[in-house]
Amino acid sequence: MNSEPLLLATPSGDALELRPQGPWIAANVSTLEMLSRSVGADVDRSRAVTLDMSGISALDTLGAWMLEKLSRKAASSGRSAGIVGVADHFSGLMDEVRQVNRHTPAATAAPNPVLVRLSNLGKATIGAREDVTLFLQMLGALFMAMIGVARRPRTLRLTSLVYQLDRIGWQAIPIVVLITFLIGAIIAQQGFFHFRRFGAESYTVDMVGILVLRELGVLIVAIMVAGRSGSAYTAELGSMKMREEIDALSTMGLDPVHVLILPRVLALVIALPILAFIGSIAALYGGGLVAQFYGGMAPAIYIARLHEAISVTHFEVGILKAPFMALVIGIVACSEGLRVKGSAESLGRQTTTSVVKSIFLVIVLDGLFAIFFASIGM
Amino acid sequence: MGEAQEEFAIRVRDLVVGFGRQTVLDHLSLDVRRGEILGLVGASGGGKSVLMRTIIGLIPRQGGTIEVMGQPIGGRTQGAATTWGILFQQGALFSSLTVRQNVQFPLRENLVLSQELMDEIAIAKLEMVGLRPQDGDKYPSELSGGMTKRVALARALALDPPILFLDEPTSGLDPIAAGDFDTLIGTLQKTLGLTVFMVTHDLASLTTVCDRVAALADGKIVAIGPMRELLQSEHPWVRAYFHGKRSQMLQPQMR
Repeated sequence: MNSEPLLLATPSGDALELRPQGPWIAANVSTLEMLSRSVGADVDRSRAVTLDMSGISALDTLGAWMLEKLSRKAASSGRSAGIVGVADHFSGLMDEVRQVNRHTPAATAAPNPVLVRLSNLGKATIGAREDVTLFLQMLGALFMAMIGVARRPRTLRLTSLVYQLDRIGWQAIPIVVLITFLIGAIIAQQGFFHFRRFGAESYTVDMVGILVLRELGVLIVAIMVAGRSGSAYTAELGSMKMREEIDALSTMGLDPVHVLILPRVLALVIALPILAFIGSIAALYGGGLVAQFYGGMAPAIYIARLHEAISVTHFEVGILKAPFMALVIGIVACSEGLRVKGSAESLGRQTTTSVVKSIFLVIVLDGLFAIFFASIGM
Repeated sequence: MGEAQEEFAIRVRDLVVGFGRQTVLDHLSLDVRRGEILGLVGASGGGKSVLMRTIIGLIPRQGGTIEVMGQPIGGRTQGAATTWGILFQQGALFSSLTVRQNVQFPLRENLVLSQELMDEIAIAKLEMVGLRPQDGDKYPSELSGGMTKRVALARALALDPPILFLDEPTSGLDPIAAGDFDTLIGTLQKTLGLTVFMVTHDLASLTTVCDRVAALADGKIVAIGPMRELLQSEHPWVRAYFHGKRSQMLQPQMR
C-alpha cells in the first residue's frame, strides 16, 4: 500500500470524492501524472469535488503541486472544491503551494518562420557591418596606442611583450617546424611523382622553392598561428572580460588596448615573420630530403637548382605578407575576445568565430597580395 | 535500520583530508541530526568548504567514514541529486541555460515528466524562493547577486532533497536580503522538513536560524551545540571568534 501512489475516485451523484493514497513524491512522478489525467474527465463532470488527503503517506513539493492543481482544476468554472484531512506536517507545504503559479506569464506566440529567417538575415547583414566597424575601431585604437608608445617609448609593456613573444613565438617553433617540414616533403614527393612522367623531375625544385617561399610557408604558418595563438588570445581576453578584469583595468585609469592588446598584437607582428622564415626553411629542408631519398637527387644538386630557381624577390614576397597577416589575426582575436558576454557558451562561440574569421581573412589577404605583387611585377 | 540511522542525517567519523603534505581535516567527527539546521563556522581557509565538499564527494578523503542518511558515501554516488541539494558559494548556475532551465535541469535528468508539469514545478520553486515567474526567462549573467543565490537555492531544492548544503548563503548580500534569505531557509526547512548544513560567517544567521553551531579549528570540531553554549565555550579560538571586537559590536546583548 505504501509503495505505490493511488488516486481513488468515488462519484456520488453530482459530487466526487478523490482520495489520494500512498507516497505522492517526485520519484513517482510518471504514475502521478497518469493518475491525475485519469480522473480529469470525472472532475469535469462533477459539480463538487472533495480532496481527502488523509491517506497520503509522503508528500513533497511536486506531489503537493499536483494535488493543488487538481483542486484548482476542480474549483475552476464555478464548481466547489475542498481539501480535507490534511495532516499537520503537510499543511505548511500545502499552504506554500497554494501561493504559487497564480500568475503564469502569458505564453509568447510562436513567430512566423519566414519572418524569423528574414529577421536573422537582416541581423546578420547589420552584424557584418558591425564587424567591419569593430575591426577598424580596433585598428585605430592600436594605431593610437602605437603613436603613444612612439612618443614615450618607456610606456611600452616590455615584460608583457617578451612574455607573449616567448609564448606565441619561441614555444610555437617545434610544431611549426614539424608541420612545414612535412608540407615541404609532400610537395616535393608529389612533384617528383607527377613530373617524372614527362621527364621534368628537376623542375620539382623550382616548384618547391617558389611555392614555399612565396605562398605556402607564410600561409600555413599564419593559419597555424591563428589556430594556436589567436584562439588563446580570444579565450584569455574573453575570460578576463567575464571576470570583470578588463573593467578593473579601465577603472584604474589604464587603457586595456595599451596594456593587454598592444603587447599581444605587437608580439604576433614580430613573431609571425620569424616563424614564417623558420617554417619556409623547414619546408625547403623537407623537400631536399625527399629529393635525395625519393627523387634520387644529390643534396648538392638540389641546392644548386634551388639557387638558380629562386631569388630574393620570392623570399621578400612571402615574408612581406607575414606582418600584415599577423595584424589581422591579432585584431580579430582581440576584438572577438572583448565581445564575450557573461556565459561560458559565448566564450566558446567567440573563440570559434575568432579562428574561423582570422583564417578566412588571412586567405583573402593572401589573394589580395597575390594580385598586388603580380601587378607590380614581383 | 537502527535507531542511530534514523536520528542522524549525516555522520562523519575520523575524517582525514589533506592536500600534498598539508592536512586540512585531522580525524574530524561530526553528526548532523535529521531536521536540524547546523551552522559551521571556522577560520577562512580552515577547511569548512573542504569538509562540505568532502561530504558531497567532490574531494577524496584519506581516511574515515561518512554516512549520509544511513548510506556510506564512497566517491560520487548515483542519484546524488535526490539525496542532497547544494548551494555553491558563487551560485554555480549553468550560464548557457535560462533560470527556468537551470531549475528544471535536475528534474529533467532524474525524472520522466511532461514539459508542462516541469514548467509549473520550476515556477513554483522560483516563487517559493521569492522570485517572479518572469525571472525564469533570464540568463544567469543578467541576475543580481541576491537573485543568483535564490535561483541556486531553487535549483538545489528542485527535487525536494532531504539534505541541503549551503556554502556561505548570505555572503555578498545586504543585511536585509541576508535576513530575508535566512527567513526563507528557515521557512523552507520547516515546510519541507529539510536537514540543512550551512557554512557561514554571518553571526546573525547563526543566532537566528541555526539550531546548532559547530566550530571548526585546527582540522577538528572543537565545539558543537546551540549558539548559547558556544558563546560559553572556553576554547581559545571559539572565544576569539565570538567575543572578538566585531562580534561584540554586533551583539552587545549577548555578553
